Amino acid sequence: MPLTIVVCASVVPDPLQSLIPLQTADGFGLKNEMMLPHVLDPWAGHALYEAANLAKQIDGCKVYLVSLGLKAKLQQTMMTIAQKARFDLIAIDASHSGFTDSAQTAAVLATAIERIAGLDRANLLIFGGWESASRAAGTTLQILGEKLGIIDQFQAVDEIKMNGDGSFQVLERVDGGKHQISVCAGPPAVLGWATGNLPEPPNNPQLGMMNMRTAMPAIQQAGSADIKDKALAFHNVQAPAQRRDTRIVKDLSTADIAQEIVEWLKQN
Amino acid sequence: MEKILFLSHTEATGRLSAHALEALGAAVHLRERTGGELVIGLFGGRVETSQVSGTVFSVSGEAFAASRYATDAAAGEQLCKAAGATLVIAPATSRMSRVFSGIAARCGACVDSHVAGLQVKDEALVVTRWYYRQRLQAEMTRASRPWFISIDAGVFEQFKGPGNVIVEQISPAVDASMMRTSVTGIQAPAVGEQTIKPDATALFVAGAGWTKKQADGRSHVAEAADLILGFLKKSGASLGSTKSLVDLQGEGQEVLPFMTHLNQVGQTGATPRHQKGLAACCHGEEPHVVGWRFINERRAINLDANCGWARGKADVLYVADAFQVMEQVNKLLSE
Repeated sequence: MPLTIVVCASVVPDPLQSLIPLQTADGFGLKNEMMLPHVLDPWAGHALYEAANLAKQIDGCKVYLVSLGLKAKLQQTMMTIAQKARFDLIAIDASHSGFTDSAQTAAVLATAIERIAGLDRANLLIFGGWESASRAAGTTLQILGEKLGIIDQFQAVDEIKMNGDGSFQVLERVDGGKHQISVCAGPPAVLGWATGNLPEPPNNPQLGMMNMRTAMPAIQQAGSADIKDKALAFHNVQAPAQRRDTRIVKDLSTADIAQEIVEWLKQN
Repeated sequence: MEKILFLSHTEATGRLSAHALEALGAAVHLRERTGGELVIGLFGGRVETSQVSGTVFSVSGEAFAASRYATDAAAGEQLCKAAGATLVIAPATSRMSRVFSGIAARCGACVDSHVAGLQVKDEALVVTRWYYRQRLQAEMTRASRPWFISIDAGVFEQFKGPGNVIVEQISPAVDASMMRTSVTGIQAPAVGEQTIKPDATALFVAGAGWTKKQADGRSHVAEAADLILGFLKKSGASLGSTKSLVDLQGEGQEVLPFMTHLNQVGQTGATPRHQKGLAACCHGEEPHVVGWRFINERRAINLDANCGWARGKADVLYVADAFQVMEQVNKLLSE
């Protein structure tokens, strides 16, 4: 049975950027946020690559990318992402700041997904990153699943294998560097992806052009949503002082360095 | 006045994990600061109450033994509804993290995860947590209740005050739709090959330098693997890796055979909490260094005295060849 895979992915500042918090009239944000280069949220990006890979294995599968973020940043990011995997974009113009509430975000995502024309709920897989690189909470997908009435959910997923009978096996990261193996009878299900096993696909300009034919209108027509939770207040947002007074040891022999390290490791 | 529910699954033994006891410690801390009431909600295949005290709402039975969203959510929902709490405190274990915000959604609650601090200021609960993958720290308050809060490991002291308990058994309805997922097993490295040890005192962080060409113009990956595994075995340390090292696998380069994405620390990896951290052959600037943000004492070995990973981030930077140093360290640890 063909699957409908909906990947929920927002955009985040490039992980290599240093971030400076800033109090604005609308709450906390990031200094020069609109100037910072953005990328598709890394774990959600893995979810997209896994979705595209899965769709290739089953005839008739369809992949939607539901992306909530400010239009300008969505547009910039899609120029790259569109070259990586085939998808139909559903864009939502809303704040992608980390200083927002996941329940509000989940409600907006649920509404957007429910509006997909001809949505096959019985064969629906909701994908996303298990945590974002902004709020880093791992809460949105679960709430989204609840809103869509999906009670088979998996988080920190590294692998999905479809079985011939419509069921699938999932590997989830669990405490202690292990994986839990589960078998689910079939869709619908929610999968919050960790890194997975796939490398980032190479850029494919032809695929990018094909995607952008529909992605650009989707971004231009994106409806705006207010995800501000008035009962939530942030205070004292700061980049922690990290500077340590590092003792640089250049003139010790290898044996002396080893001795010092071992003594340090053995101290209580 | 807040009514606090400590919510957790039990382990297969029926007891609480160390992480769960830390979260219970957080709940007790909060009760003391707010002058509120604390009740306990536990679920699992077996539930023992010898580590806790007070009123305990309990869900147990075969259906709740497996770490499965549908049954865990049903158990958590019924426990929360029975307790009628305004604050729900839980450990951010993998099992609770899978289901906690789903339970919050069912209870019409707001939720915050990976909380690293709880304070009461001017009679308001102030929660501290990290944003943007440990790059920014924020304090937050919420006016709405119920408020669900999951606590990261290593933040609070474990609760150590078991006492008398009053147990109320709850039996959520379980139907076939909740059993569509079967947990079939745990995949873990063979005993002796387990490199991730959350309870270890020390973390060893290996960087991509281990796989690069050395002074003789060749890479020595097999030797690096022996040195690292030897150190882990002798010291009992847990193993972390930089992103660049685990990414080598996808780039077709020769890699350390035991290194996986599970070992990765940093913005797109884990941020483990250990007392000590020793990094070797790691490179990178501030955004990469968040992987050892929660390591108290940090030392690094690197050939570059200006290494951004270590300078200003570590307490001590040894400018030396990590291969030679770790060989000596392993010899000393063997004595």
